[in-house]
Amino acid sequence: MKRKFLAMTLALAMGLSLAACGGGTASTPAPAETGEVEATTPAETGSTGDVITVGFAQVGHESDWRTASTKSAQDVFSAENGYDLAFVDCDNDSAAQLEAVRNFIQQGVDYIIIDPIVATGWDAVLTECEDAGIPVIVIDRTIDDSDKYVSWVGSDFKVEGLACGEWLKAYAADKGITEINALVIEGSVGASATIGRTEGFKEIADREGWTILDSQSGDFTEAGGQEVMESYCQSYAGQFNVVICQNDNEAAGAMTAMDNAGVTYGVGGDVILVSFDANKPYVQMVMDGKINANFECNPMAAPTVAEIIQQLEAGETPEKEIYVSESWFVAEDNVSTITVNGEEQECIYVTQEVLDARPY
Amino acid sequence: MSNLKKLTQKRLFLPVFCMILVLCINMIYDLSIGHHFYNFFEITMTNGMLNGRLINILNRGSEVAILAIGMTLVVSASAGTDISVGSVMSLCASFCCMLVAGFGVSSVSSAEEFAMPLAVGLIGALLMGCLCGAFNGGLVAYLNIQPMVATLILWSAARAIGLLLCNNLIVYIRVPEFGVFGGYLGPIPTPIVIAAVCVAIVSVVLKKTALGMYIQSVGINKKASRIAGLNSQRIIFLCYLICGLCAGIAGIVASSRITSADSNNIGLDLELDAILAVALGGNSLGGGKFNLAGSIIGAYTIQAITTTMYNMGVPSAVTPVFKAVVVIVIVAVQAPPVKAWFKKRSAAKALAKKEVASA
Repeated sequence: MKRKFLAMTLALAMGLSLAACGGGTASTPAPAETGEVEATTPAETGSTGDVITVGFAQVGHESDWRTASTKSAQDVFSAENGYDLAFVDCDNDSAAQLEAVRNFIQQGVDYIIIDPIVATGWDAVLTECEDAGIPVIVIDRTIDDSDKYVSWVGSDFKVEGLACGEWLKAYAADKGITEINALVIEGSVGASATIGRTEGFKEIADREGWTILDSQSGDFTEAGGQEVMESYCQSYAGQFNVVICQNDNEAAGAMTAMDNAGVTYGVGGDVILVSFDANKPYVQMVMDGKINANFECNPMAAPTVAEIIQQLEAGETPEKEIYVSESWFVAEDNVSTITVNGEEQECIYVTQEVLDARPY
Repeated sequence: MSNLKKLTQKRLFLPVFCMILVLCINMIYDLSIGHHFYNFFEITMTNGMLNGRLINILNRGSEVAILAIGMTLVVSASAGTDISVGSVMSLCASFCCMLVAGFGVSSVSSAEEFAMPLAVGLIGALLMGCLCGAFNGGLVAYLNIQPMVATLILWSAARAIGLLLCNNLIVYIRVPEFGVFGGYLGPIPTPIVIAAVCVAIVSVVLKKTALGMYIQSVGINKKASRIAGLNSQRIIFLCYLICGLCAGIAGIVASSRITSADSNNIGLDLELDAILAVALGGNSLGGGKFNLAGSIIGAYTIQAITTTMYNMGVPSAVTPVFKAVVVIVIVAVQAPPVKAWFKKRSAAKALAKKEVASA
């Protein structure tokens, strides 16, 4: 009996470790990519003729947003467009990412794109890139301890927050809502998206004299949003008319909690529900009128990166910080434009065509 | 006086006292901002469902309470903790959703799209929990690996396996039949019912059979128990198996709440809460005698602290600090030297009283 148990657990241990190893090898496709790059390009830098080789060290594929980011790069840097993309999925392993960048240097790619998993520890490897004469373009997340890259391309979270505030102002004015009592479900404490979106919205709220009843973290998760909203529904029953969720998952959780508490939201509801990120299923909810407005966090950095590369090819110096353009999706057509930071921006009224055209 | 003394000497006195202490903070807070003192305790019926802070505590604390059952047995029998429960929860939730939705499918919105009946998914998740428990138990009981080291394997691996099963995506099963386990059963939140049933079954088994005594005796002295005729290894193995099963149940509840398998976040850091619940319940992490009711109260105390933070509107950034302070106070009150000091003081008082009386 005892032996049987022992044998069973040992077999189990082996099985599980195999499964774990399987995952490990599957997630580091670097060697395969190496072969591909070497096959298609001569190894010297700069003399590649028409084809521009680009190495992209991606964070991983943990969310729909990330998948969209990867797909955008693969579409833009395609063979038809005159590129050869060496793509490495680093599976959220920062050591693997450094390794991938070093591999790119050895392969002698023309440009390296990094979406840094961590913000620090980059100076050494970026110096290597510089020595090899390969320009580095950073996208999405930031690098804090080195400035040896050409440009950073990403989202301006504060503008997203500001846009949210400006839209709410215009929407409330149109609907004749004079008093705004907002509840905010923040993202993870300390995340750049949380800080930017909170700051931006608060700036408008302070300017307009709105009341922010409470602002608690839902950790960017559905469970977190649900729990925080459940508590809000009890603390501020009947006192709030706006709920701001700092990402789509939190909005999903908040909707469940409000359903349970009998609070109506969305178009025609008691509460104006606003979300950020604008993933496709949630843009659909905007169309269905469940979410009043959804502010995009654009994962499509690749077209902008392609512009930077073209600038560099032409011998120009691109800007150090470039923000991707983002869209604001709304459920009603009463507000068509808003002015953010003195700049007029369009609010997109979601229809089936808009939804179908969304890549992610 | 003697009644009070009897009460304070009960094993459950301190855990219950701490729980009441936490709830009292809310009472004082509500009074100070001009609400009724019973504001926190008010339970209302809205939308045909029970609503209120106490219900929230019972509802949201269910997962930790379920985990605490298994954790108590593990701590008692093996003088170690199972730190893999949070990850196992995530794995079980992912496995369940993967079975129901089919591999690689990321969203199911009606029962017709199910790759397998829901029951298969649920049973699969429970079996997966048992399997993980058996793995941990095998390592600890039969290979004599230290519990922390043995369970460290699944602590790091289980979540990753879950991610693999779900093809690194969040699998949504937006179907009411699945949502019921984290939703409402009539007016009562289902997690409360599930937790209550789990506690009831385990306590009945422990009371009606000698299992509870066996576990304690193995925890106090493994060798002596073996000599006395108990199969110590099998009992330790069983405890880990139950712990894994509990993690499976908790995983189903957690994933049903959000009708999806968010492998990255389900059960994140919950193993620490479960261990804390056992400690708050007045159980020694050194194994041996245990008090299941204490652990359950401990679990709800942790949730009561969280709910208190929400009630008081403490900013999220400083919440961990407040939580830590409350936990320090609770743990310190239960520490043996503090207990001894209180005893000494009351003894001195009694002596002084006697002297006054005799003089």
